[in-house]
Amino acid sequence: MKSLWINPVLNKEIKLRFRSFKGFLGVIFYLFALGLVALGFIIVSTMYGQAAIFRPEESRMMFTVLSFVQMVLILFMTPGLTSGAISGERERQTLNILLTTPQSSVTIIISKLVSSISYLLLMMIASLPLYSIVFLFGGVSPSLLISTFCIYLITMIAIASLGVMFSTLIRKTIISTIVTYGVTVFLAGGTAFLTTIIGQLFMYQQYSQSIVPYLTAMFNPFFILLSNFESYLTDEIQRLSGIDFPLMASFIIIYVLISVLAIGISIKKLRPRMKAQKRIG
Amino acid sequence: MIETVNLTKKYGSFTALDSLNLKIEKGTVFGFVGHNGAGKSTTFSILSTLLAPTSGTAYVNGYDVTREPKKVRNHIGYMPDFFGVYDQFKTVEYLDFYGASYGIPKHEREILIPQLLELVNLSHKKNEYVDVLSRGMKQRLCLARSLIHDPEVLILDEPASGLDPRARIEMREILKELKSMGKTILISSHILPELAEMCDEIGVITNGRLVASGSVTSIQNQLKANKIIHVKLTADLEKAIVFFEDEPKISNLSKNDKHDDTITFSYSGTDVEQVELLKKAVSNGLQIISFGQEETDLEDVFLEITKGVDFS
Ligand SMILES: Nc1ncnc2c1ncn2[C@@H]1O[C@H](COP(=O)(O)OP(=O)(O)OP(=O)(O)O)[C@@H](O)[C@H]1O
Ligand SMILES: [Mg+2]
Repeated sequence: MKSLWINPVLNKEIKLRFRSFKGFLGVIFYLFALGLVALGFIIVSTMYGQAAIFRPEESRMMFTVLSFVQMVLILFMTPGLTSGAISGERERQTLNILLTTPQSSVTIIISKLVSSISYLLLMMIASLPLYSIVFLFGGVSPSLLISTFCIYLITMIAIASLGVMFSTLIRKTIISTIVTYGVTVFLAGGTAFLTTIIGQLFMYQQYSQSIVPYLTAMFNPFFILLSNFESYLTDEIQRLSGIDFPLMASFIIIYVLISVLAIGISIKKLRPRMKAQKRIG
Repeated sequence: MIETVNLTKKYGSFTALDSLNLKIEKGTVFGFVGHNGAGKSTTFSILSTLLAPTSGTAYVNGYDVTREPKKVRNHIGYMPDFFGVYDQFKTVEYLDFYGASYGIPKHEREILIPQLLELVNLSHKKNEYVDVLSRGMKQRLCLARSLIHDPEVLILDEPASGLDPRARIEMREILKELKSMGKTILISSHILPELAEMCDEIGVITNGRLVASGSVTSIQNQLKANKIIHVKLTADLEKAIVFFEDEPKISNLSKNDKHDDTITFSYSGTDVEQVELLKKAVSNGLQIISFGQEETDLEDVFLEITKGVDFS
């Protein structure tokens, strides 16, 4: 196990990623975007609020807004970080040599994934001081913070796995990136749109039930994030669909499944299939 | 040791490699020559486990490349025809990464890497970023990289392409040194003379087929079967033409364009027969002052072998 986590490929990935100026720029951009939103929120709420102080309700509100912005940033950055993992090496003509080393396909794919995720985690950790404002004014429990970060992590891993998979299957990074963003936009926006439309449709027909809103909502990281703060939305979806199984659990199962599948395909397709010919007898 | 048995690779309906049979003994330097698109890189990719053959088998040191690819990878040093480098790495880090990838412990790498850099004359660039090295330097670095795990077999796809004459000579010196270390080397080029100088054996491939193989001299002889002969006479040119036209194994007889005292023909007889031919011509009263064979160099041999093959 040790060789899988502390291996030369991961070492190289992390070295190259954290050494590049682009990598540094990414962190700055991330913190800047998040900081701007937090600052904007504080200014607006103290300007229009009765008192010039920050109350727990506002603090919680700010936490919600920050969480959504952070989710947007994660969804925005993950495809960019992963969709060139393999195709980028292929385009730079370093892949062939890497594949002739005895490093296993599992090691190479997992290392690519872990390095991208650790970079994203670094950004999230770097953003933690911003959250300290929230804790200062109360209204948010540590468990809420932890569960929110778990949702981030699960979403991140799934999208990153998809990105690595597309970059393994598709030769050109540009196309792989477009496809990964496409899938991400569908998961984040498309499913929300479908859930809302279908939900509206059934809202007025008291007696008919449909599992469709449930099925689309469980793919949507924003719904899941929201349901972590306010339960009325999930309650409504679960009531509409007549499914008792918690939406959050379905989300976790489906995203873990997506990750496992995407990683599996990547590992299989990295090198040519060699068992094609069987010796007879 | 490298062996291929009926190795075939098809891309769709296009056959890039057609039943290739090769046997390269341990310690041999084998040159693989062929025109662009002949199938050299395809063969090398299969041997390096990067490409699965459509049919047939290939063995490196006795390991089947499709069945035990990981073992094969441990035994070969592969240098592709085109390759890139991780531009954020310095020369030493670049080699260190691959060394680690082959499972060489850190303390051994620290001793090994300076030695390799010394071998390929790059010691003075050890703290330079790989990206800023010249093409020839990158090529030498890549060669050093392919040697890091001390593989018995080296598969070098056009290692000298893009090098200036001096760098070519240096590359040749390095290969000689590797040969003296007892490594089996498979090397490709489309420049035959370049290979001939350093190879023990040569294989000529056209359109995915091996059309000739063997030692450099045996290939030369194989192809010298048809030699060009120039005969210079002081008089009676017409009489000579009539005489040679009647002789067997002579074709394409003509007067030389530049020198009107010389006739030229192709001759497919052996050296002994050639001596007899000359004796006979002299005893027939022909005024021969020179009877010479045109020197065919390897480039001509290559053209000869691949003649009549559609390169498109
Ligand atoms: N991925 C591929 N798909 C389809 N055809 C391919 C592919 N790779 C190679 N070929 C074809 O296979 C043939 C052999 O190519 P290969 O690269 O082995 O030639 P080569 O002898 O190395 O030529 P060169 O001297 O130009 O390097 C060529 O006709 C090439 O077009
Ligand atoms: Mg080639």
